Amino acid sequence: MSGPDRKGADPPAAATAAEGRIRLLRLLRQGIVFLILLALVGLFASQSDRFLDARNLSNILEQNAALVVVAVAVALTMITGGIDLSVGSVAAFAGALSAGLVVQLGWPPGLALPAALAVAAGMGAVNGVLVVRGGLPPFVATLAMLGIARGLTLLYTGGRPIGIARVEAYTFLGRGEVVLPGLGVAVATPVLIAALVVLLASLLLRYSRVGLQAYALGGSEETARLAGVPVQRIKVLAYASSGFLAGVAGLLLTARLYSAQPQVAVGLELEAIAAAVLGGVSLFGGIGTAWSAALGGLLIGVLGNGMNLLQIASYQQQMIQGAVLVAAVALDQLLRRQRSRVGS
Amino acid sequence: MDEASAPDAPLLSLRGLEKSFPGVRALRAVDFEVRAGEIMALVGENGAGKSTLMKILNGVDRPDAGSLRWRGREGFPASPAEAQAAGISMIHQELALVPDLDVGRNLFLGREPRWGPGLVDRRRLYREAQEELDQLGLAVDARATVRDYPLAQQQMIEVAKALSLRARLLVMDEPTSSLTGREVEVLFERMRSLRSRGIALVFISHRMEEIFAIADRITIMRDGAVVSVDPAANLDADEVIRRMVGREVGDPGEGGGSPAVAADAEPLLEVEGLGRGRAFRDISFRLQPGEILGVSGLVGAGRTELAEALFGVRPAEVGRLRVQGREQRIRHPGDALRAGIALVPEDRKGQGLFLGMSVAANTVMAVLSRFLAAGLFLRHGRLRRVAEQFVERLRVRTPSVRQEVRNLSGGNQQKVVIAKWLALEPKVLILDEPTRGIDVGAKAEIYRLMRSLAAEGMGILMISSELPEILGVSTRILVLHEGRLAGSFLPAETDSDELMRAATGTRAVAAGEGAAG
Repeated sequence: MSGPDRKGADPPAAATAAEGRIRLLRLLRQGIVFLILLALVGLFASQSDRFLDARNLSNILEQNAALVVVAVAVALTMITGGIDLSVGSVAAFAGALSAGLVVQLGWPPGLALPAALAVAAGMGAVNGVLVVRGGLPPFVATLAMLGIARGLTLLYTGGRPIGIARVEAYTFLGRGEVVLPGLGVAVATPVLIAALVVLLASLLLRYSRVGLQAYALGGSEETARLAGVPVQRIKVLAYASSGFLAGVAGLLLTARLYSAQPQVAVGLELEAIAAAVLGGVSLFGGIGTAWSAALGGLLIGVLGNGMNLLQIASYQQQMIQGAVLVAAVALDQLLRRQRSRVGS
Repeated sequence: MDEASAPDAPLLSLRGLEKSFPGVRALRAVDFEVRAGEIMALVGENGAGKSTLMKILNGVDRPDAGSLRWRGREGFPASPAEAQAAGISMIHQELALVPDLDVGRNLFLGREPRWGPGLVDRRRLYREAQEELDQLGLAVDARATVRDYPLAQQQMIEVAKALSLRARLLVMDEPTSSLTGREVEVLFERMRSLRSRGIALVFISHRMEEIFAIADRITIMRDGAVVSVDPAANLDADEVIRRMVGREVGDPGEGGGSPAVAADAEPLLEVEGLGRGRAFRDISFRLQPGEILGVSGLVGAGRTELAEALFGVRPAEVGRLRVQGREQRIRHPGDALRAGIALVPEDRKGQGLFLGMSVAANTVMAVLSRFLAAGLFLRHGRLRRVAEQFVERLRVRTPSVRQEVRNLSGGNQQKVVIAKWLALEPKVLILDEPTRGIDVGAKAEIYRLMRSLAAEGMGILMISSELPEILGVSTRILVLHEGRLAGSFLPAETDSDELMRAATGTRAVAAGEGAAG
């Protein structure tokens, strides 16, 4: 680890070596999900010759774009020490509302979709205000929103799907492709959107003030408050962002299915929490990153796809998913204990 | 378990106890004994080793060396449950009842009478609970919820619980701290009747008049060792205090020194008639630039509450506060920070640090806005450099500012908390027990740091339970007693005896003349 000095580096060699070790351990902790993902890819590739097929791989990405976005959403609130159980229902409502505005009221998609996203962000903000002002535990506030948003969706759609198959500007989100300028590579729109979300969230969490304050708040709310961190504002912001991203996921699902289904994304919140936890986001707050939560989402997608290819029945699939979650978190805990021993 | 022992043989006897924690020798060669039917008072300054001793007796901690003989049997209890089963019960300062359960269930929590596997015999539970309560002469209904009784009654419910465990030895840790005078009388009556039933009591208290009202013998501890054991009748309050404090001069040494800035400079902080509920009242004082104002007093005297009010954690209800002559209303920490007041809290880990975050993030958390680019992102390079400057200035020992604070030693963690506030350049720095749990070397560095900050014109308010620290570091000393100012002293003109007398309310000192500089 005593690599050559970087140019202009003035701290003594011992300090840089220690820094290298700190960084490596941090990377290893966050990268555990990456290692498991690689292992799974290797396993499925050796068992099925169709797995590494370009079509299959892009399929995995497209199918799980919404899950990845929602995993990032949940990670945001988890980092502040909270949780958002309402993301599935809010996604469904945003999808239904956007479809309704386009199909029934004739709004142009360029107006209807942002409007739906704004409403989703507003629902998230309501969660935040209930937590901050109402003093409700996040679990309860967002559980209530889970019910309310689903109920609103059913009420709004009358329980029937709203088709958008003919609105090309909308379906493009789920089925279209974008050629990346300069590279000449075509990327499926939902994959591109999910990647942008992950990138933006990662940048904000890592490099922005609110990002640092969110970690601080999740690490010790009392210390943060005493240090003058605007605790309430940041919490509301986290829940509003979570709602917004849930809305994005809702639009992606609607576009992909060519219709807003009132029962879409039921249980998506649990998958998203599983993804975030797989990615090393702590349920107690203060620890985790957006990109590793996204990798957790991909891991769930790869696992499902691979098991389908291997023709494992869906009952067993659920059991295996549960086992993988337990194994990954146990491994993470082990590594963390190791790390604190090294640290001291 | 042979009960047949000589009438005067102690029920409990501890011999040669040794216990060390990292950096502290908590107990050295401690002998302690209690006889049946005796009330033994255990006194000593904060940190003298009383709590450690009681934790060992209660099976929470294990000593490094020593022996315990209890009713003729050798061996330390391995857990509180084992101690309880053997007849040793502890009543803590903070009550250990489940407030939303009824009294009966609390009394038999975890050992409910059964009438079948997994089935609670409710009739028997409430009947037996009521018997225990009646035996103590309490007007308490076994079926009523604990929360509905006043604190004093709850304390007695704990006593009933301990007795229902067939306790032969009851340890009461500051049982009177939240009671009114009348309630204390009632408690003492009950304690005397327990004594006449042959039960041994250990009474831990700071209040001299109570100790002399109830105790048969007094064990005095200081710095982890037992100083003396005597019948209460052979002692008086002054003598007890003298032995608690000892004669040796404290290590912070160097004498109090005088403020670095002339006393006629404009005061940084002026407090007038500050008060909040029963926590503290009528607090008035001034803090000049360059002063280190030591705040002394016993646990529960209102020192931390005063600090929290000055910093807006739990704001004062009455009184006025001026910073550099300007009236300020401090309703939350943000107000205090804007006014230039910062607090290094007593609970370092819970209120001062982000344990899982880096030294750099901890250092700059209160001043993030200085590193903003485009109103959103942080200039990480600059942020690191500033953190590195503080690490160097305060001599924080860490391999890198990226190191997680969790991995630093207590002294270095404390320096990081201080760095967080220095980054803000406060005018008034409040430090609550700044050297608690810190080893000797780091203590000296913290003292040096406080002196140099004062020399630069900062005003420092230092709350401390350690008298040598108060006498050695402060330029002036305030003593609080039960929420009131009990006196103002100059370190050169006072000693620990006088401070302890003021803190225990043993001698009335002209109060409220805090502004004397």
